[in-house]
Amino acid sequence: MSSLEDLYREVILDHYRSPRNRGELASPPAIRVEGFNPLCGDEIVVYLDVRDGVLVDIKLTGHGCSISQSSSSLMSAAVKGKPVSQVREIIANFKQLMMGHEASLGSDAVPTTAELRAMGELAALQGVVKFPVRIKCATLAWNTLAQGLDEVA
Amino acid sequence: MAPGDPVSSFDPRSVRADTPLLRRVINERPITYLDSASSSLPPRAVIEAMSRYYEMRHANVHRGVYQTANEATAIYEGARESVARFINAPAGANEIVFTKNTTEGFNLLAKSWGYKNLKAGDVVLVSEMEHHANIVPWFQLREVNGIEVRFIPVNDDYRLDLTTIDSLMENVKLVSLTAMSNVLGTINPIKELAALAHRHGALFAVDAAQSVAHSPSDVTDLDVDFFIFSAHKMLGPTGLGVFWTREAILDQMPPFLGGGGMIADVRVDGYTPATGPSRFEAGTPPIAEAAGLGAAVLYLEGLGMENIVEHERHLTHDALMRLASEFDGRVRVIGPANTYSRGGVISLDVEGVHPHDVAQVLDQFAVCVRPGHHCAKPLMRRFNLAATARASFGPYSLTRDTDALVEALHHAVTMFG
Repeated sequence: MSSLEDLYREVILDHYRSPRNRGELASPPAIRVEGFNPLCGDEIVVYLDVRDGVLVDIKLTGHGCSISQSSSSLMSAAVKGKPVSQVREIIANFKQLMMGHEASLGSDAVPTTAELRAMGELAALQGVVKFPVRIKCATLAWNTLAQGLDEVA
Repeated sequence: MAPGDPVSSFDPRSVRADTPLLRRVINERPITYLDSASSSLPPRAVIEAMSRYYEMRHANVHRGVYQTANEATAIYEGARESVARFINAPAGANEIVFTKNTTEGFNLLAKSWGYKNLKAGDVVLVSEMEHHANIVPWFQLREVNGIEVRFIPVNDDYRLDLTTIDSLMENVKLVSLTAMSNVLGTINPIKELAALAHRHGALFAVDAAQSVAHSPSDVTDLDVDFFIFSAHKMLGPTGLGVFWTREAILDQMPPFLGGGGMIADVRVDGYTPATGPSRFEAGTPPIAEAAGLGAAVLYLEGLGMENIVEHERHLTHDALMRLASEFDGRVRVIGPANTYSRGGVISLDVEGVHPHDVAQVLDQFAVCVRPGHHCAKPLMRRFNLAATARASFGPYSLTRDTDALVEALHHAVTMFG
């Protein structure tokens, strides 16, 4: 059972049951981006309020499995109020974390304990890399966020 | 049980013993395979038939003159005859076309027969419970020649809404329906609907992918015009499907894929297609797979399709009762609640737990179910679902598989509170 508990950590279940930053922002002015996972039907809508290079607010709606929903909730908590440049860094770090199953085959890209600590609660999603089919669930919100930021730029 | 009752000769435990994959142990538990609607597990006889071909008789079919080439041809054509017998094709093996799978069969139907016989304004009538394989090829044909694709609605009781069928039949040239829904388990009244289609001057095609391993298939008795299925859903190998139609229709269908094997003659100024099923079998066919399908047919005939129906009805009844009683309403079955005209495909919606999470937790208990939309998105939309977790039975299934399913479902429900 250990690997299942690795996947469904308490933090993940908590964010699934009580998702953060749930809701909508008036668009415009907010940017509205939709993400869709055609394989499992997961849907997400991300609303971004970007002012003077800062992601002032973020809201999410949609439905999906616990991994996609908790990942989007964790993401919103991690990026809200941060400068866009830092948000992009967090996105890059998260995607690196999700590539762990490939990286562990010999590269030095596996995150160190210090790096995981720096990611805070996001590190709880590390267990997903042991379940390759679920990685696309975890990255759906992140890809949608990145797409939204590209629209700002 | 009366003496001579066919059920007495059928023992699912021996089917289980014949199926090597069911010996697998995963996470220290014996595998509980509940995904036969997706792909069924081949018995040893099927695997050995394929090995025997590769070990002793491997050669290409149809043109060799040496011993093994003749044997390979005999295996391939023998499988065609076995399939013709299995579905009671009126003109025998000449009506059996080997395809890659059910999906290719429907593409053959749409792109060969449909392309030639349907024109703008003609209607192909399908239903909301069809697999994408029986929807998308018709949409593709619509782009080419402007046909209309019309849908029979599905009722809240998960059965076809036939109240307006006579008006739906207007301008219909082909009715194309699944014999058994791969999501709901619903078994449709094919014989009655085929008769109705014929009364309206339309032909009738059957998606038999789900039904073929779970009920007798008699195209003569059903009086249908096309019958399409896959080997791997009837204990056979992947990579091989069957397309049946009446000889008179087949003879008028233009070739679909061009190349070797499907021609009578090729010149620098053109070609003449072959006659019979080979006109639709361009290139080296799946010979080992045909050997496997032939063995699968013999195996199913040995079990007796009526026995399989009875066994799976019992399993389904038991599973539906337990799912309805054990979870305080938190586990909902998306499909008919009784076993009347219903097969052993059980789609589940677990309150508060996404189907992917259900399947993930079940996997930890070595219980194999399938999460997703099951290639039936119009049906999912109809019932406002993104996905279901689907459990499905085969002839090797036992009530102990349901025990494992129920136990693992309790864990999933508890885990997500």
